[in-house]
Amino acid sequence: MIRLFIGLFIALTGYTYGQNCNNTFLGEIKDFHDKSAIASATIYIKEKDKYLVSDFDGKFKIENLCSGTITLTISHIGCETKTVSYQISNHIAKTVFLEHHLEELSEVVISSNLKTENTSIERSLNKSTLESFTDKSLGDALNSISGVSSLNTGNTIVKPMIHGLHSSRLLIVNNNVRMFDQEWGDEHAPNIDINSSSRVQVIKGASSLKYGSDAIGGLILIKPKKYAVKDSLFGSSMLSLNSNGFGGNINSELIKTFKSGYYTKIQSSYKQFGDFRAPDYHLTNSGIKNFNASARIGYNSFEKGFDAYYSVVNNELAILQSSHIGNVDDLVLAINNKQPRVVEDFSYNINYPKQSILHHLGKIEAYKRFKALGKLSIQYDIQINRRKEFDVRRGDFANKPVIDLRLFTNTLQSNLHIDFIDNLKIDTGVLGRYQQNDAISGTGASPLIPDYDKYDASIYAIGNYKFNNNSEISAGMRYDFSRIEAKKWYYETDWQVTYNYDELFPEFETNTIDNSKILTYPEFTYHNLSANLGFSKQFKNDMSLFLNYGLATRTPNPSELFSDGLHHSAARIEVGQLTINKEVAHKIMASFERKNENFGFVISPYYKYIYNYIQLIPVGTTTTIRGAFPVWEYDQVNAQILGVDIDVNKKISNTLNYIGNISLLKGDNLSDDTSLIHMPATNFTNSISYYNQDLNQLSISLKNKTVLQQKRYPDYNFYTFNPILQEDVYVDISSTPSTYSLFSFNSSMTFKAFKEGHLKLEFNIENLFNTSYREHLNRLRYFADELGRNFNLKIKINY
Amino acid sequence: MKDLKSIKTIKILALLLISSLTIVSCSSDDDGDHHDHDHDHDHEEELITTVNYTLTDGTNTVTLTFQDLDGEGGTDGVTTVSGSLAANTMYSGTIELLNETEDPAEDITVEVEEEGDAHEFFITSTISDIVVTKTDTDENGNPIGIISTLETGAVGTGSLTIVLKHEPTKPNNGTATGAGGSTDVQVTFPIDVE
Repeated sequence: MIRLFIGLFIALTGYTYGQNCNNTFLGEIKDFHDKSAIASATIYIKEKDKYLVSDFDGKFKIENLCSGTITLTISHIGCETKTVSYQISNHIAKTVFLEHHLEELSEVVISSNLKTENTSIERSLNKSTLESFTDKSLGDALNSISGVSSLNTGNTIVKPMIHGLHSSRLLIVNNNVRMFDQEWGDEHAPNIDINSSSRVQVIKGASSLKYGSDAIGGLILIKPKKYAVKDSLFGSSMLSLNSNGFGGNINSELIKTFKSGYYTKIQSSYKQFGDFRAPDYHLTNSGIKNFNASARIGYNSFEKGFDAYYSVVNNELAILQSSHIGNVDDLVLAINNKQPRVVEDFSYNINYPKQSILHHLGKIEAYKRFKALGKLSIQYDIQINRRKEFDVRRGDFANKPVIDLRLFTNTLQSNLHIDFIDNLKIDTGVLGRYQQNDAISGTGASPLIPDYDKYDASIYAIGNYKFNNNSEISAGMRYDFSRIEAKKWYYETDWQVTYNYDELFPEFETNTIDNSKILTYPEFTYHNLSANLGFSKQFKNDMSLFLNYGLATRTPNPSELFSDGLHHSAARIEVGQLTINKEVAHKIMASFERKNENFGFVISPYYKYIYNYIQLIPVGTTTTIRGAFPVWEYDQVNAQILGVDIDVNKKISNTLNYIGNISLLKGDNLSDDTSLIHMPATNFTNSISYYNQDLNQLSISLKNKTVLQQKRYPDYNFYTFNPILQEDVYVDISSTPSTYSLFSFNSSMTFKAFKEGHLKLEFNIENLFNTSYREHLNRLRYFADELGRNFNLKIKINY
Repeated sequence: MKDLKSIKTIKILALLLISSLTIVSCSSDDDGDHHDHDHDHDHEEELITTVNYTLTDGTNTVTLTFQDLDGEGGTDGVTTVSGSLAANTMYSGTIELLNETEDPAEDITVEVEEEGDAHEFFITSTISDIVVTKTDTDENGNPIGIISTLETGAVGTGSLTIVLKHEPTKPNNGTATGAGGSTDVQVTFPIDVE
């Protein structure tokens, strides 16, 4: 009761003295990061409708203030405008912190440099490029960057490759979440909907330590868009139709942003294609069905924020029926026939063999900024990947998957970005991860990958120091702990005789033996160190030089350790080895660049030396009940990869522009003095485009891509005895297809539509001359030609 | 107030995210026992471990057996032939496919017979005057080859190969190569005609 009275008293006196107008406000404006004074900031006093400017020490003074509320809006060039309110009842002194890093909050103001790190060597694809691949895969889109190619299985399973390296050697980071989707296998493509991202960066050199230690090939960053802090509702829809495969894609996204800093986005896409067509025949059973959805919600302010994201990708991918083979004689027949074994009329049906994959990704991230320190982010993410591979089977097993694996991964990680020191930025963080693989029973086949649990822990620190406006250096270190605990049944003959594991790994054995199989618990622990060093220097005339060195260490993935048995969609027996050790790579890369509209270029030579490079190579055949069957084994060699990527752009006239690039690469197996398997051949692209802003942004371009025959390949050909023909047959699995050159035509126009929106029309032709060709990096090249001509129409509406 | 609001939103979101993931991860599994992470390995494997070709002339029986108990990969299979064939003799032959990793052994021949229109055996020999005739037929009247006759001619030594094609062209020109399809079984036995 007494308190209430006191409260009332204070309130009343406050009111009575409210008309006191002798108060003074002493203000000081400082930088949030380094606490330095901000001079010449504009201070707008709302109640007085008056402007002030801060002095050299960042200070300002407002006199003769009446009691009550005072609202100040403080702005300064390069800073986020800030509005603050105070209750004035007496003389008051306050410090206001302003933020210099405006680009973090809004894309409206963007510096020309969007790189993850100033010293890294990287290329990126923006939203409009990604949109032209709306009905294709991430791998197809990346393929347009020099030095990036893909390892394909047919035309819908596209696995990106950087400098000839793929799978576990590429880190794919989607929305700051490292993808874990059983990317080990050659025909396991990343499960990412290209439509859900607004920017894709390919980092060829350095700058990857924040995400992992094993980016021997490089890093692919798929980034969402940052939204402006304002009240807005907008979206877009896109429809793409194709003549080849009689299918297409529809994608819609809707975004709502609020002035308060909240934002939300939903996006969904559906894609369907029937059998595709090579110039001379239908590729029976090559269609695809794909559904994706993603949702995002977050809050974005300078001092704190959060972001929650969820996406689901559901893929059903047909695998060319003709690629299903029973034994090596079937393979020889396919190679010699030049025509697929099964050619039927067009159909939307997806029959066996096929893959069916469901991938969930969810994450929640929150950040807070601390004065005179930096930004702390904490993120938890979860991924569930369910992969089913169906084969052509008999009887009760006809509709059961032959491979059925469920991979669960969850990660908790933090990053502290320290930026209060002038010219020095430090990123440091820790990570903990648990992964579980479940080889789901009921497949009627021994699992290719066994059940396992995997534990990871990491710590890293990366520093970036700016000598002056022209040169920067960055250095980083990372330590990774990794432990894998598997449970696997081996045939006793394999365990004891074929691989001699009973002597090498007696500690893994149990006494459980069932049906001539022995139960084992293989366990491996790894300690990995990795490091990066980067340097960049800007010269006159828009020229710059980048130098990167990286030490990367990769632990063997589960397929390299444990694969065992028939990989049906690969038509081969794949055998992993428990004796496989980790891979260690030294990467050196330089890049000399000129960023200029009129004439620009990038020349990036690189050299990689990889100790214990793990490769999957054909080693011959094994006699099975199906006859001789191709066997591929994982082994380790010392390898080197060297090459150069060159990009050139030249403005011919105001409306004509030329872009070209060439990638040269040589991969050597130093241990066996031969070439490395599956290395991309020399390829070059030339394109000429016409653009007229005044004519509804008309754009017309003609592009040519030439891939030379890969002459450097290891010869793993062999002879096998065919009992029907009663003769030795030559199995030519190594020879590469000849050079091909493809032309494509692109055109687009943009029209005003509705009040604020616009409509974009695109018409494209791929493989303009309907050329028949085969690509050496397509695993189905033995069985059929690549795709023929395709007419494509895209309609995009922004609203 | 804003803090409270954002915390509340985070909580709701986290709840939504976790619950949706749980629902999806649990509902999409169509097998029963995978939740038990310590489940046993698959006993029921679709595997052909054994091919028996039994030839009998009424009094004498010759059995050709191929057995590979650890399936594809691992150790190679073993071929056994119980004896030699007599010259100028008519044998009736039966092919039997077994999965002997199961107890009792599963008879895969039944499945082949049921899907007779999608399967066909091809039996060839390097001894040129051996004549094999398939005597059973599928629902379309085309041969399957589980049951056959084998007629020997002159004395000789050579081999006999049995091929089972899955999804061959039917009818075909009578050769395994011409029939296309994919090979499910291909085994070769050394034989003597005395």
